[in-house]
Amino acid sequence: MFRSIESPKSRVRVIVDGREIEADVAASVAAALLGAGMTAVRRSVVGGEPRAPYCLMGICFECLVTIDGVQNRQACMVPVRDGMVISSQRGARTMEVGGQ
Amino acid sequence: MTVQMIRNAEDLAERYDIAIVGAGPAGMAAATECAKFGLRTIVFDENSEAGGQIYRAITRNTPAARPYLGRDYWRGASLWEAFVATTASYVPAAAVWSLEQQDEEAELRVSVSGRSMIVHAKRVILATGATERPMPVRGWTLPGVMSIGAAQIALKSAGLLPEGRAVLAGSGPLLYLYASQVLAAGGVIDAILDTTPRRYWLQAAPHLLPFLISPYVWKGLGLILKVTRAVRVFRSVTALEINGKDRADGVTFTAGGKTVSLPAKSVFLHQGVIPHANLANAAGCEMGWNDRQKCFAPVVDRQGRSTKASIFIAGDGNGIGGALVAEFDGRIAGLAAGLEVLGKEPSEDLRRYGRLRQKALRGRTFIDLLYQPAPSFRAPAEEDVIVCRCEEVSVGAIRAAADSGVAGPNQLKTMLRCGMGPCQGRMCAATVTEILADAQQRPPTEVGTYRLRPPIKPVPLSEIAALPHTPDAVYAVTGTHSEH
Repeated sequence: MFRSIESPKSRVRVIVDGREIEADVAASVAAALLGAGMTAVRRSVVGGEPRAPYCLMGICFECLVTIDGVQNRQACMVPVRDGMVISSQRGARTMEVGGQ
Repeated sequence: MTVQMIRNAEDLAERYDIAIVGAGPAGMAAATECAKFGLRTIVFDENSEAGGQIYRAITRNTPAARPYLGRDYWRGASLWEAFVATTASYVPAAAVWSLEQQDEEAELRVSVSGRSMIVHAKRVILATGATERPMPVRGWTLPGVMSIGAAQIALKSAGLLPEGRAVLAGSGPLLYLYASQVLAAGGVIDAILDTTPRRYWLQAAPHLLPFLISPYVWKGLGLILKVTRAVRVFRSVTALEINGKDRADGVTFTAGGKTVSLPAKSVFLHQGVIPHANLANAAGCEMGWNDRQKCFAPVVDRQGRSTKASIFIAGDGNGIGGALVAEFDGRIAGLAAGLEVLGKEPSEDLRRYGRLRQKALRGRTFIDLLYQPAPSFRAPAEEDVIVCRCEEVSVGAIRAAADSGVAGPNQLKTMLRCGMGPCQGRMCAATVTEILADAQQRPPTEVGTYRLRPPIKPVPLSEIAALPHTPDAVYAVTGTHSEH
């Protein structure tokens, strides 16, 4: 739903659901996903419906994704970092047995 | 002198004179005033960059790189420059998740870099700003639908423009401001669906005079003229719904007595902003209904003091006034809180900022009344429309609970889980109050709003468990008293 109107400045590479995308170093994870043409980032907890970032300001919790193994991170509040691994979520977070 | 940037929880002190939450116009201005007194001042901001939403990304944007943001945006740069020149501490990416008044002082719990700390302050200034009022319509949860504020943030912070057919829907100045920025940046908006009821010009008209001598008038008229020359505008739009199965592919609405359908790849919604007062509410500050702005806001005096003596609230977080009012509000709260800590009498500066704030408020009543969202968009009737996006609770379920005599929003939570998801009611509280008021024919002030409790942001239990605990708290959980 978006296109970038700026020439790449300082780019980083992140992995999204196994696919490598480029993003501006100053972007949030949510802006990086939207800029790469991704809209839906998860399936909702109750009805399993596709959901996408809605507010981009930390309010709506629609952009929850797994970042570097940590579930339910707000993609709009986390700046991208080179080598970051991001995955979309299906429903509620799962318990990590023996994890943190 | 420059601001001390803190990025690790370990670097926080235990005590400060003044703690400020939020680094938008109110927070930056408040910090600048407090630091002038030489008080130990700390600013926590949830964002990784200062500026709040209105001056989003102001610390790295330049007029040369993003000229399309418009003149008012660049005012934020001078606020940021003044703030970084102070001796205050500044903690970006810090989530304050609890605030409590204790013995005339305040205790904050804040998560920074994956660790939570307890910080005490003699006075706290909440500058938590505004959120966009929810606009629940059929299909608003579909991918491809976003708030206009969000689309503007994508432009300010990442240089993103809508791709494909884009429709803006709702009411308020932001529709025309965002459209003008998109046009200036070389983008296209296919249509604006303005839901402002025509009759609202009548309710606003008695307040036209102050508006005509306010700075809003020329800016507003200029924007509307520029945008309406380039974009199709449908007025007095009702019965709006967003079409699509797994993502938005169009909109259907009624305008001028006709039903219209338009294709759209992106639909951006907005019907004004309301105070983001979750932290104030959870701290136990009294909330009051503002009938002109149709929202709950913390009750504050002229200097921003809430009903908790150690907690001040400045800027849009105590009632919507816009960026300039927020700035003066921040200066007033910063001065007033600082003078209290120092045990000094009110100063001439305080009165001067009060006058400037009054001047900046000129025209606001007209804007509030003209752009009051229509009742059908505040308390929708369509039963299948989702109100609580987290727990997926519909209008029908809430209206059924209202008919069965639910006492208020808090009982509704226990019945329907409405407002109990991760957003903690930020996206549904306003709608829930309005639907209950409408269905039960009670004034919103009597219906009330959610009573919130900390943590107001999700925090890992491991962070809470790692906090220092009082002997009483340890006994309450373990049943034994610690030996040491």
